[in-house]
Amino acid sequence: MSNAKDVTDATFADEVLNSPDTIMVDFWAEWCGPCRAVSPILDQIAQENSDKIKIVKLNVDDNPQMAMKYQITSIPAMKVFRGGEVVKTVIGAKPKPALEADLAEFLA
Amino acid sequence: MRHVIIIGSGPAGYTAAIYAARASLKPLLIASSVEAGGELMKTTEVENYPGFAEGIQGPELMAQMLAQAEKFGTEVVYDDVVKLELEGDVKRVHLGNGDVHEALTVIFATGSAYRKLGIEDETRLSGHGVSWCATCDGFFFRQKTIAVVGGGDSAMEEATFLTKFADKVYVVHRKDELRASKAMQERAFADPKIEFLWNNEVKHIYGDELVTGIGIVNTVDGSERTIDLSGLFVAIGADPRTHLVHGQLELNPDGTVKVDGRSSRTNIPGVFAAGDVIDPTYRQAVTAAGSGTVAALDAEHYLAALPKETLARATAEPAAV
Repeated sequence: MSNAKDVTDATFADEVLNSPDTIMVDFWAEWCGPCRAVSPILDQIAQENSDKIKIVKLNVDDNPQMAMKYQITSIPAMKVFRGGEVVKTVIGAKPKPALEADLAEFLA
Repeated sequence: MRHVIIIGSGPAGYTAAIYAARASLKPLLIASSVEAGGELMKTTEVENYPGFAEGIQGPELMAQMLAQAEKFGTEVVYDDVVKLELEGDVKRVHLGNGDVHEALTVIFATGSAYRKLGIEDETRLSGHGVSWCATCDGFFFRQKTIAVVGGGDSAMEEATFLTKFADKVYVVHRKDELRASKAMQERAFADPKIEFLWNNEVKHIYGDELVTGIGIVNTVDGSERTIDLSGLFVAIGADPRTHLVHGQLELNPDGTVKVDGRSSRTNIPGVFAAGDVIDPTYRQAVTAAGSGTVAALDAEHYLAALPKETLARATAEPAAV
């Protein structure tokens, strides 16, 4: 369904927190309609900005530790990480131009 | 140029598309980029759509409608309309990706958007405990205390659904009786996890990073109280989504698009409206579907009466200009 790489509770530190790149984590679940709607848009943004930001997915059903740690109460929730820190949170499925505007500082 | 462009992908839009496509009008349907399928995509079991005696999941019902519309030749575009030019013989529909589509008729079926409480901190805490989608967010409130605001069918459905996760669900309603259907009411009344707070309005939402509580005021005696909870689900109705047609289509005082009698005809010839965007009263999947049928038949009738030369300008080719 998506080209984005899956991260898990077990791989989160390696793949996200210790990564030298800017990484956006898409917190999602199978049963979340808006998550499915926004997924292809995130794929497009990742593809068009592959040199600036990486987008990975975390299934909140299978990975409750990270969902709890990052206080997820609403999905889709997209969190941008740099150097192990959350530097931006975007909540809810939005059209591509709105997401690009939210993420402008990372896509420039 | 098209014969017909349909804007909206709820029951009204898809049903209009099924009818228009079966009439060989090769409709183009603009489904939106992230809300395709409309409000039913956020519901669970639909028990009152005729033909499904065992009930059907909202998203599955919409997938079926989409498949049926496509089967007869509807072309679906997943983008958002950013501007409409409705006056004149040829209507122009501008999309977020820059494409402009032309058509002889437009069926406007954009539905409605969730109403907000309009109180301080609601927006700030939205997604941090304040939610408009129980099916999306209920999961995160396992063994928590939460509240649902509202007294209609959606509020009862959300409250009942949320008891799957939460230990305690308050229903805050500003009146002392519900608008919801009897079946929904009885289910909610029978649920031991649900407690009704009648005649109360939410005045405050508390919390720094996450919701920690709400302040409610009794509408009868003015008494105030605070409730500790971690989630607030807002289900106080919806407003017709008309921002695209302001200044073009006539609206009713309640904000719905004005149509002529029982038809779908708006004040602009060739522009038809259907579904929740014209309906302040019933707002059911099946009434919206019926309304979409009316719009497709009205559009067909309008096209049949156009001069041959005008009609000849519309081709079935998918021509973005």
